[in-house]
Formats: sequence, C-alpha cells, structure tokens
Amino acid sequence: MSGSSPACSQVRPLWPPLVAGLVLGLVLILTFVLVGNGVGASGTFASIAAWLGLQVAPAVTQSNGYLGPMVANGANPFASWIVVEVIGVAIGALLAAVSAGRFKIKVDVGAGKIGVIPRLLLALVGGLLAGLGSRFAAGCTSGVGLSGTAMLGMAGFIFLIVFFVVGLAVSALMRRVW
Amino acid sequence: MDYGVAGTALASGILFGYVLEQAGFGSPCKLTAQFRLTDWSVFKVMFTAILVASLGILLLQSGNYFGSTGFFVPTTFFWATAVGAALIGAGFAVGGYCPGTSVVGFMSGRIDGLVFMLGMVLGILVFASIFNAPITQSILHTAQISAKTIPQWLGVSPWIVWGAMVVMAIAGFWLGRMMEQRSHGVLTADDIVESIDPTLDSAKQGSAVDGNLGEGSVPLVRGV
Repeated sequence: MSGSSPACSQVRPLWPPLVAGLVLGLVLILTFVLVGNGVGASGTFASIAAWLGLQVAPAVTQSNGYLGPMVANGANPFASWIVVEVIGVAIGALLAAVSAGRFKIKVDVGAGKIGVIPRLLLALVGGLLAGLGSRFAAGCTSGVGLSGTAMLGMAGFIFLIVFFVVGLAVSALMRRVW
Repeated sequence: MDYGVAGTALASGILFGYVLEQAGFGSPCKLTAQFRLTDWSVFKVMFTAILVASLGILLLQSGNYFGSTGFFVPTTFFWATAVGAALIGAGFAVGGYCPGTSVVGFMSGRIDGLVFMLGMVLGILVFASIFNAPITQSILHTAQISAKTIPQWLGVSPWIVWGAMVVMAIAGFWLGRMMEQRSHGVLTADDIVESIDPTLDSAKQGSAVDGNLGEGSVPLVRGV
C-alpha cells in the first residue's frame, strides 16, 4: 500500500482483519467453554500493583480498601487465571512476531512526528489513564469490551460506545503525535 | 486455581496473543489509526470476533450447554463502566495501546509497550489510593442497571439483537472501507515494522525511517 516496501521483504503480511476476527471469535468461544469466562488483561496489572505494594509498603497495602482483599491472609496476588492468561498472551505474541519476522526492538514513535522521550512519557501517561480506568470498569477492552459484548452484556455495549467516542475526541487532540 | 484452569487459561492466552499480533495490534500506530479513521482494522477484527463469539454462545445456550442458569454476566453500574471506558479510550489515544495490546506491543519488541504497562501499574495504585474517597465509591456503586444483557433490557429475543449487530457490522465495514480507500491509510506488516505512516507522502518519508527511528520523516519542519 505504501509503495516503499522492499520487494524481497522478510516480513510476512498481516492476517486480513476478517480472518483475524473470525479466529479471535473462535478463541473466545473456546475460552468461555474451557475457562468459564472470556479473555481479559487488566486484572493482571492489578495483581502486579498489589504485589508491588506488598513489597514497598506492606501495612498500607494490607489496610487498603482495594488492594487489601487481594493480599489478605497471605494470599498470593499472582494465583489467578488472568495472570496465567496474560503470560500466555505474551508467549503467543512473541511466537507470532518472531515467526512472521516482525520482531524488532525499538521505541515505536509511529512515523516520527515526536521524539523518543516524549513518546515514552505519553506511553506512561496513557498507561496511567488506562490502568485507572480499568479498575473503574472492572476490566478493559478485552474483558469488558470484547468478552462482555460477546455475552450481549450491558456493560460491554456501554464500554465500547464510550471507548470509541472518547477515543475519537482525544485522538483529534493528538494529531501532532501519530 | 487448579492446574486444569491454569492450563486452559495459558492456552487461551497464547492463542489470544498470537491472533492479536497477526492482526497487527502490537503497533500503536495501527491501533490509533482506527481513531484517525484511516485504518479500520480494530473495528473489523473486534466486531467480527464479537459476532462469531456471540453466535457460538447463543447456539451453546440454546443447546443448554451452560445449564439452565446460563453463565455469569456481571451486574453493570453505568457510571463505573462509562468512566472506566472514557479513561481507557483516552489512554489508548494518548499512549497508543490498551492493556492487552501493550503486552503484544512489548513482546514484539516495543519499549513503549513496557512503559505503558508500568503506567498501568501506577494508574492502579492511584485508584487504590482514591478507592475510599466518596466520589470513587459513588461512581462505583450508583446507577445500577437491573438488566444484565441487551436482550433483557430491550425485552426482545437475543437473536434479534444479534441480527441488528450483523446489520451494524456490515454498515461499519462498508463505511470503513470507503474511508480507508480515501485515506490510503491501512498499515501493512512492513509499515508497522519500519514505522511508515501510509497516509503521509511516501516519497518524503523514503529514506527517513532508518537510523534515527524515523525522526527525520518531517523534513519540511526540521530541515533535514
């Protein structure tokens, strides 16, 4: 499409969106049948936050209204299906990227409208907003948006509509970045 | 959590991560292109997956696979979901990822994916520190919606809702295809690896992408 791709590229093409969507849908059904719930991601970062809190400030973490129950009575915050799921996501993504010749260590600044340091700061701020939001919504694009909507759940539809509307609006302010 | 659950969760995660990367969703440029309306892959992949998965779940339900009580659908509190989705949408536009795709981005070599993940842990610690504040508690626990699913809320058959979603998907695919053709904005595998934005003039980017992470690809501004 861009016309500047080398003819003898080692990079394999991406799957067409409808093929990727079809396979993703089948994976989702399999997950509902075998694991009993849909896929997810953000819960893992809550586990990491709880573990980190326990290392840095155990008393504060244990008495915290949100993190406390995750580490009550010596519970291991990592003993959860979603942590194992995200380890799987990492392995699967690595396998795909390496096998398709798309693995490349870099700071992804898109087409390079911004430098490396601003990009990393934006990634940090974006992550902070997403992490905060994921605890309000009790899930993220995967857990609520994808899995919740597949169950025709109210939360899934509300999530996707608000996610797209706000994303479009904020994206309009980010034209100097991407 | 027993070993059976762990094993299936691991297998499901591997497949999930594999498909996301194959769709190109490790690339923050491709992901945010959905919000610039130049590459509709996010919409197409998500909507197709939702249609396929909800069809499968409806068929399993009508075959009584999940038993008479069905399966667990969480109760929705409108403001909790809306505030959370708004923050995740904003975080996506600013940081280039959502939680799952930041893992995919990092595992395909992107340092910014790791930084996004660190940001998420910070954001969750911020949430924990404001958890007991009255405003947080009222966002989390007010405006409970009694209906758990859209068919319950509308009082119609789930098949009617599914059919309506198919119509919406077809309309969205058609609109997306039109906007993609107008902007020439679909990012290919080469584009996401070499950091090329196909909506920009490719002749100007040409040699600018190697060496300095594409810093020089705005030559008119910086005089490179």
